[in-house]
Formats: sequence, structure tokens, C-alpha cells
Amino acid sequence: MSTFRSHVWSSVGKKMITGLTGLLLVGFVAVHLLGNLTLFIPDRGHAFNAYAYFLEHAVHGWLILAFEAGLLAVFGFHIVSAVTVAWTDKRKARPVGYALVRNAGGKSRKGLPSTSMIVTGLTLAVFVVLHVKMFKFADHPSVVYDGKEMKDLYAVVVAAFKQPLIAGLYVAVMGMLGFHLRHGFWSAFQSLGWNNDRAIVVLEGLARVVAVLFAAGFLALPLYILFFVDPSVSGGHR
Amino acid sequence: MSEMTIHLKIWRQARGAAKGNFETYTVEKVLPEMSFLETLDLLNEKLTRQGQQPVEFDSDCREGICGTCGLVIKGTAHGPNPKTTTCEVRMRHFRDGETITVEPFRAGPFPILKDLVVDRTAFDRIQQQGGFVSANTGSAPDGNAVPIPKIDADKAMDAASCIGCGACVAACPNASASLFVSAKISQLSYLPQGGPERGRRALLMIGQMDREGFGDCSNHGECEAVCPKEISIENIARMRREYFKGALGGHDRKAASGD
Repeated sequence: MSTFRSHVWSSVGKKMITGLTGLLLVGFVAVHLLGNLTLFIPDRGHAFNAYAYFLEHAVHGWLILAFEAGLLAVFGFHIVSAVTVAWTDKRKARPVGYALVRNAGGKSRKGLPSTSMIVTGLTLAVFVVLHVKMFKFADHPSVVYDGKEMKDLYAVVVAAFKQPLIAGLYVAVMGMLGFHLRHGFWSAFQSLGWNNDRAIVVLEGLARVVAVLFAAGFLALPLYILFFVDPSVSGGHR
Repeated sequence: MSEMTIHLKIWRQARGAAKGNFETYTVEKVLPEMSFLETLDLLNEKLTRQGQQPVEFDSDCREGICGTCGLVIKGTAHGPNPKTTTCEVRMRHFRDGETITVEPFRAGPFPILKDLVVDRTAFDRIQQQGGFVSANTGSAPDGNAVPIPKIDADKAMDAASCIGCGACVAACPNASASLFVSAKISQLSYLPQGGPERGRRALLMIGQMDREGFGDCSNHGECEAVCPKEISIENIARMRREYFKGALGGHDRKAASGD
């Protein structure tokens, strides 16, 4: 008789894990994006630094620890299940490939976003590691607001995105995020069984909107800093 | 009618051989009205006359209803046209002098028997796990004795039109059998007769699908595009719901309470 574990790691279970963790990550990225938008407020980083301070100190610092642990697990499950689906199981299921493959077109949803999921996904995974290293574990200058000393993360962000190479790479990776979401967003609902012939029209439309909004929201920031922010006016120099 | 000359680049693989290779043949006097399989017949007559081994391929009804034929023609399962089986592909869809690549359906669970013929009994073994309704036979029940909403009857009929040709597996980038299995599970899930065995059916059939070594679905939707019977991928979403409820025991409890 089949066991609970065999159900969870079946072809359907793996897709449900990938879909559910994918939607959780979409939720995380949405909140992250809203936080980033504070960088557009022309207050030399006060709102952004205060937001970061709040996150790090809420519930005596336990909130961020709990979220980080949860995120790590969600990322882990998403990556392991997706790589199993799109790499290991895929190669086992078709040991000898075709000499010629053409997309069927018509009702097919196969395209660059769907076939490049593994590439965009793994690129994003590498990006997340570098991103955390760059902004979380770097040396931060301090800034004092109303007698309270805070990390000047704003200065770190500006210093990073004033380098055209970093800004350019960031923009490219955020483009990939858009591609990943273009297939991943509606696909998550399909994987969880929350789809039918009518819903798919709405979900695919939503996937397009989410892909463009998220990519544009994130990649606007480095471009804004690179071209419109004066680095001599950082949060630390008041 | 203008006769065409067609070059066929065909996968040849001897019975029992682990590997095969492409051979290119030229067929003359091909008429645009001819079917693709008739062109292969023409080639085989020529090969037989020359004392060579004919190209082996599957076909039966040759009118698109039995699901026996199945080739990957020019990189697409069942050829370049949608909603058709291989036997319904006509030569007017190709150009005079064109070289057409012909390959078998490729998937680990569909081992090649010879040339273009693959063993699709994996599908039978999946069906035997639960693609049926256990019921006492007897005289046919009266029509409409069991009321079924029209929309459910239509959806069940759409799913039931699957002929099990295996093109979904052939076209899937992951060689997943999800569309086939979902059609078989969906068909019975819409009907009251399929109710008592719902949960078990999804678990057993998907369990067998995984054991056969088919890949996992990545929602590319290529299967729906090549399906000669236009089976929708909404059935795959439905199959996942069935599986989820089955794994939690929902369906079987419901059946036990006579709901």
C-alpha cells in the first residue's frame, strides 16, 4: 500500500510542492518589492533604513529569524522539487532524445519562459545567495535618526548600484525573474489543481501582469540610482 | 495531379537492438492526396522489391479513431497539423523535394520494438490499476435512470475521447503521461458510477504511472496541442485534485458514508 511519503514525493506531489512554495515565494517577493519602493522616497534613505531597522528589531529580532528560517525551507523545497521535475526525472524519462523538435503551437504554452525555467530559476538561486551576502552580511556604515543609531543600508544600496556592472547584472536577473513568473505564476495554480478551462485565461493574463510588474518594479531601482541619485547625498551625510 | 518526390529520413532500429540510426530514402510518384502512411507503404513496397527490410510502423484503422499509429513527423507528434492522428496526415502538407524526419515516439517507458514501432503497454498497466468501474454486469440500465448534469456528461465525454495513442508522452519535453492518465481519471470522476473508487483510482493509477518511469509534468501544454482528440490540460488540474483528496482519504470516506 502506498504511504504518505510516497504520495508527497510522487509526480503530482512534487508539482504541488513546487507550486505551493512558488506562490509563497511570490508573496515574499511582493513584500520585498514594496519595501524596496521606500528607496524611491527622496529622503536620503530615512524611510528605507527605518523599515530595515523595524524588520530587524520587531518582536525582539525573533520575527526576522522566523521568517528567514521559513524562507530558507521554502527556497530549499522549491529548488529540490523543481530540479527533480525538470532535470533528473526528465532525463530518466527520455534517455534518447529527438533529432528534431518543433513546438506544436496552437494551444501549447511551451515557449522560452517555460523551457528556460530551470535556467532562470538556478540563476535566481545564485543571485539570492550573492544578494544576501552583499546586503545582509556586508559592513554597514551607521546613521543616527532622532538619537537612534541605525545601519545605513541605503548607503550600501547606492554604492552598489552606482557601479554600472552591478546595476546591469541586477537588471538582467530581474528580467529573468519576469520570465520565471510568466510561466511559474499560472503554472503554480495548475500544479495545485486550482485551474480549469475558464480560469486558465484569467491566470495566464495575471501571470503576464505579475511578470511585468515584478520585473519592472525591481529593475527600475538600480536604473533610478545609477542615473538619478547623487551619491554625495547619502543618508549618512546630513 | 502533380507528382512529388519526397525524401524520408527515417529512424531504423533492429529488433532487440539497443541503438539505431537514421537512413534516408527517396520516394517518387507521391501524390498530394496520399496519406503519410501510404507514402511509407509505397517506400516499403520498393524496399521489399529490392530485397531490403521494410520500415516497420504501427497502424490499424487509418481513420483517426483507434490510436494505433503514432510517429513524430518533422519534430511534431502526429505531424504538423493539429487535431489529427498520424494516419490523417496528407502529403499536400509537404513540399515537393522536401526531406521529412520521421522518428518513433521517444520515452523510456515506450521502448522501441523495431524501427518506428514502440511498446505502449505501459498505458495498459496504468489502466489496469483503476481506469475502470467495478460493477455487476447485467441488463443495460434504463437511459437517464441515473441523472447526470449535462455539463458533467459533456466533460466526461470530452475526457473519454482519449484514444491512448501516446502522442502526449511523445510531445512532452519531460516525457510525462499526465494528459493520458488525467483523461482516464477525469472521465470517471465526472460520473456517479466512478464515485465509489475515486480516491483509490487516482492514487493507484498515478502510482503506476510513476513506477513505469514517465516524467513529471511541467505544464508546457505541448500535449494538448498535439492531442488528436483535443484533451484539455484542465484534466491534469482535475487529476491533481483527485490525487490530493485521495491521499487525504476524502473520497473514500465520502463513499463509505453513502454520500
